Amino acid sequence: MDWIVPFILTVITASTPLLLAATGELITEKSGVLNLGVEGMMLIGAIAGFAITASTGSATLGIMAAALAGMATSLVFAFLTLTLMANQVATGLALTIFGVGISALVGSGFVGFAIDPLPALNIPVIRDIPVIGPILFGQDFLVYFSIFMVLASGWFLTRTRAGLILKAVGDSHDSAHAIGYNVIRIRYMATLFGGAMSGLGGAYLSLAYTPMWAENMTAGRGWIALALVVFATWRPGRLLGGAYMFGCISVLQLHAQSAGINVPSQFMSMLPYLATVVVLVIISSDYTKIRLNAPACIGKAFRPAQ
Amino acid sequence: MIRLEPRRQHSQKMVYLSPLLAIFLTLITGGIIFAFMGKDPIEALYTFFIMPINNAYGVGELFVKATPLVIIAVGLAMGFRANVWNIGAEGQLTMGAIFGGGLALAFYDSTSMFLLPGMFILAALGGAMWAAIPAWLRTRFNANEILTSLMLTYVATLILSYLVYGPWRNPEGFSFPESRPFPDAALLPIIYDGTRVHLGAVFALLIVAGGWVLLTKSVVGFQLRVVGQAPQAARHVGFRQKRMVWFTLLLSGGLSGLAGLFEVAGPIGQLQPSISPGYGFTAIIVAFLGRLHPIGILFAGLVMALTYLGGELAQIGLGLPSAVTGLFQGILLFFLLACDVLTKYRVRFGAVNKSGEAA
Repeated sequence: MDWIVPFILTVITASTPLLLAATGELITEKSGVLNLGVEGMMLIGAIAGFAITASTGSATLGIMAAALAGMATSLVFAFLTLTLMANQVATGLALTIFGVGISALVGSGFVGFAIDPLPALNIPVIRDIPVIGPILFGQDFLVYFSIFMVLASGWFLTRTRAGLILKAVGDSHDSAHAIGYNVIRIRYMATLFGGAMSGLGGAYLSLAYTPMWAENMTAGRGWIALALVVFATWRPGRLLGGAYMFGCISVLQLHAQSAGINVPSQFMSMLPYLATVVVLVIISSDYTKIRLNAPACIGKAFRPAQ
Repeated sequence: MIRLEPRRQHSQKMVYLSPLLAIFLTLITGGIIFAFMGKDPIEALYTFFIMPINNAYGVGELFVKATPLVIIAVGLAMGFRANVWNIGAEGQLTMGAIFGGGLALAFYDSTSMFLLPGMFILAALGGAMWAAIPAWLRTRFNANEILTSLMLTYVATLILSYLVYGPWRNPEGFSFPESRPFPDAALLPIIYDGTRVHLGAVFALLIVAGGWVLLTKSVVGFQLRVVGQAPQAARHVGFRQKRMVWFTLLLSGGLSGLAGLFEVAGPIGQLQPSISPGYGFTAIIVAFLGRLHPIGILFAGLVMALTYLGGELAQIGLGLPSAVTGLFQGILLFFLLACDVLTKYRVRFGAVNKSGEAA
């Protein structure tokens, strides 16, 4: 049973980037905006966090830089889609292509740099409880933050006035506008939140998961985060289960490879991607469930009548 | 205050002007970025955009790079018109290369003139098959084709990697992960001596012509245009969305597969782990830059091909990372999408007066 604690610990580190990015995207989508640029924002967050941490030595500054960089990227998306009413799908793809390019460009000076992994917030005494000590009390700040943000988002969407307004904007922008809410401003804020969270998700990869910079290091996690939002049927609580399930799958395939299971490594590496497809199919085939939970205005441009 | 005022009709002039404006803005931004990186902007832009094509070989390379971009983008544009978002062209390209290339490897000592046509057919089938999966998942299970087609791209790349590291590795080669070189009968003939321009370029032109006929002269093309411009009208007159999904995905998948084969049977000449510098993704930009129209795509393909060549030269001559190419491509698409607002809206300065007209 010695393997179980390290296994759970790696699952947590593998799940956290997905959870952070998916939580942000969920809020963005709830406001009626579909930002497909998660992968690009994660990469930009990853390099911003890494570059700042490597040059200043401060992970705190790195994390802040990642959130700001993700936010700045999503601001470009928001300006194009919300102010200029560009197509959201195309703009999201542009964001990803741009993010891959600029992160590789900035990152080319940081390949091979080493930094200390994000320190764990070791809470004295209880951290030493066997098994649950290291799992529950020995994590780094972003792990706790990711779980806090899931809970906070759930509370925000169901228990606060602002959350209800956000959902109203996502479900019927015309009605929300008619009763006097500033649809565009609310969508800007939701999109920026999503950008910041994606940036943090990326930073988790480069600061804690690996910790290093490699070109395209997100390897599709931004897209998996998008699928997770559908999987969770736009409910934050279910994101937690979904993200940890995907974390499990990706760690299991790594373990299976190192345990010498006689399957070519490429087939094991396919598992997270295939699992995403399978999960997406299972959830999407329940049409009523999607219709009941998906924001009705998702991806649609809103132009206030003047 | 800046306001956007809707036009009664899309401005035809702006449809053509906005790509040019976007290219212009990208060049300016590129110059600024180069200046920030401590390079002389004029020299850097010259290296990036003029030097690659100031000789015959360079112009040939332009066609070599534009060939897959144009072929893929023509297919993608059909889907984008009908709101079918196949973004997994890179995976379909890989599958085409595997299927068509597999035939070449199975008959590696063949000299038959039927080998190449057989490879074409298999490659198109392989690409179409890979695109059929998202089509089926979308029409049968309502699963978003953006996510499924993209996930399948990662899977296709891993399958290719498995094959060239494993069963298809060249038994006579050293331990490099690559297949046998294709036999001469499986290689595309060069159509212009002294360059690498191959038969695929001719196919690209034929595909552009075919795409143009399909879009402007056929019932399917008419349906695609209606579905894209007026989805509700399309539903009322009974155009079946599911058929559009199948048609556009199979078409774009097949064309992507063909483009993949042209790469491995053309410039590369064998299967190896990496067969495309992201042509399947860049083709998305090509499709938009070309106004989702085959003729436009032909020109857009050449422009985007130039960014690949410029990126290579900038890497050698200026010591810039090759990622500059991707950065330019992303910025170009941003500017294009931003400029496109001008086709649907007029930009007005000043406040709104009482009658609702611009002051």
